[in-house]
Amino acid sequence: MSSATRLLAIVKKEVRQLRRDRLTFGMIFGLPIIQILMFGYAINMDVRNLKTAVANQAGSHLSRQFIAELGETQVVDIVATAESPAALEAMLRRGEISIGVHIPRDFDRRVVDLDRAAVHLLVDGSDPTILGVANQLRSMPIGFDVGIQPVEKQSLIEIRSFYNPEHRTPVNIVPGLMGVILLMTMMLFTAVAIVRERERGNLELLINTPVSSTELMVGKVAPYVLIGLVQLAIILGVGQLLFDVPIRGSILDLYIAGSAFIAANLALGLLISTAVHTQFQAMQLTVFILMPSILLSGFMFPFDGMPVAAQYLGEILPTTHFIRLTRGIMLRGAEIGELMPELYFLIGFTLVAMTMAALRFTKRLD
Amino acid sequence: MNKDFAIEARGLSKHFGDVRAVSSLDLDVPRGQIYGFLGPNGSGKSTTIRMLCGLLTPTEGSATVLGTAVPEDAKSLRPRIGYMTQKFSLFDDMTVFENLQFIAEIYSFPATDRAARIDELLEKYNLEQQRKQMTGTMSGGQKQRLGLACAVLHHPELLLLDEPTSAVDPQTRRDFWANLFRLAQGGTTILVSTHYMDEAERCHRLAILDHGVKVADGTPQELQAETGMHIVEVIAGDPYAAQAAIQPLPEVASVTQLGVRLRVLLPNSIADPVALIERALHAHNVNASATTTSATLEDVFVAVTMKSSERST
Repeated sequence: MSSATRLLAIVKKEVRQLRRDRLTFGMIFGLPIIQILMFGYAINMDVRNLKTAVANQAGSHLSRQFIAELGETQVVDIVATAESPAALEAMLRRGEISIGVHIPRDFDRRVVDLDRAAVHLLVDGSDPTILGVANQLRSMPIGFDVGIQPVEKQSLIEIRSFYNPEHRTPVNIVPGLMGVILLMTMMLFTAVAIVRERERGNLELLINTPVSSTELMVGKVAPYVLIGLVQLAIILGVGQLLFDVPIRGSILDLYIAGSAFIAANLALGLLISTAVHTQFQAMQLTVFILMPSILLSGFMFPFDGMPVAAQYLGEILPTTHFIRLTRGIMLRGAEIGELMPELYFLIGFTLVAMTMAALRFTKRLD
Repeated sequence: MNKDFAIEARGLSKHFGDVRAVSSLDLDVPRGQIYGFLGPNGSGKSTTIRMLCGLLTPTEGSATVLGTAVPEDAKSLRPRIGYMTQKFSLFDDMTVFENLQFIAEIYSFPATDRAARIDELLEKYNLEQQRKQMTGTMSGGQKQRLGLACAVLHHPELLLLDEPTSAVDPQTRRDFWANLFRLAQGGTTILVSTHYMDEAERCHRLAILDHGVKVADGTPQELQAETGMHIVEVIAGDPYAAQAAIQPLPEVASVTQLGVRLRVLLPNSIADPVALIERALHAHNVNASATTTSATLEDVFVAVTMKSSERST
């Protein structure tokens, strides 16, 4: 009974202080919106308009037709011409172009010769995405309106893209982005919440009252659970409104996954707060966890492509599991029952981190 | 365990690495009295108070507070003590009323009496005007009154106050002490640390701490009577010249200037201290009068801290 009173007192106090902290309050709602707009529009894996220069040494009708068709793909944007492959290389080195197209003198003859490549692409391999795009160009057919028709190569493999047939990047980004945004705000707010009271001296007063460690911890994070769910709604709403990101599974499943993930992040934030002494240290530790959560969680790069060690590291990050859940539910229309291992991990993580935090947070100063 | 004592400590020590913040402290604080800790900054006052309320674990020794062993049973003790930290520790971004309400809830003060108790405290501690004011915008004196109001809200048997008046003006200090006496009258035991002599003088009993060691304890009167020192007051037209004449004497323990007066401390073993001083003044052609006088608490403080530094060298 009195335990509930104390818990409620802490929650009330937290909400009251939060409401008066305009910057934090603004961040709660502003941060998800700004981030989803930023990432939704800026991150685009579907590359177009790569700067290209052409060295056409053939000068034939066919070669000019090829260049015209190359331009029409919109993958490349032909910005310059060069005399020789060496000149192309120099432009590539200076960063003026990303792709150099070299059409040799005997282009017309090479086109019909299946053993020899007709065109050389010089590609800036320092950016892996460009290399990938250049590979796409290899399959570009060359149409002839004169002379001999080339033998059509039969493709061995046909691709059927499930879940995102139009290859729209926001569809892939938004479910992952939900994880990153929630991680950032939830972890940071709670990590700072306890440390701030330590810095201001409030903690010395609090630990001298009958309030228990658990009451204090739970009371401090409880308001953030609600805030996290509101953030989730904002991201989903904006994602659907502006980027047409589908939710093929059930919203309820998504909220179950979201609640588990929010709890995991809050527990992580509390754990951080028990390990540091200043808000600045809390911030640094938060970034330390944020970076691998963005890079190793499967948000930016496919999980399977990473080295095994990195995969293990990725497996202990809650974000990895949440992104699997959101992609599963939102894009593949999976039910939460099909993704239970991920949910179990999040629940387990929360329990472990919360217990560790409560144990570490002794009501002592030494 | 003696029922007459609110706090009993034996051999209480706290070391932070190589620093001995508190060394073998014995303490007996009688119930219903105001007990003072007098000592300069860094003498171990805060550390001792924190050990007594279970915030710090003693390196050695034991303490019993209100019959409860600390820090082992600090949890059961918490509802029975009030603690006012040295640094203001209430919430700046909440109003006076909200802070009091929060404290009432945290201590599970009966909901039906809560509003009445808060009104009573606001009136008693002269904070009615500030009821809806943000705590962060209040003056030092107002904050201090709020701190005390929050510390006593749940009617604690023992009040631990860590330098409560270090940030306020003399008038506020006087009012604050009036509040303390009223609380003591009502049966509350109060342990208060200070570095002000005039405050120490108001305590029923006090302990003088120096470098973590208790160098003296007793009532202010006892301490003043038992300095083991003669106090000679010298009134001179030129106090600098008088000081120059007296200071070099091997018998003189300390000379303190107070305006045109000098307070000279000499050991009790000297038979006629006034004659000794007068001879020295005469030898240096300084025109001054010397008379013995009774010790103030400041003299006591100088005398005992001097002894302890002699011991350590």
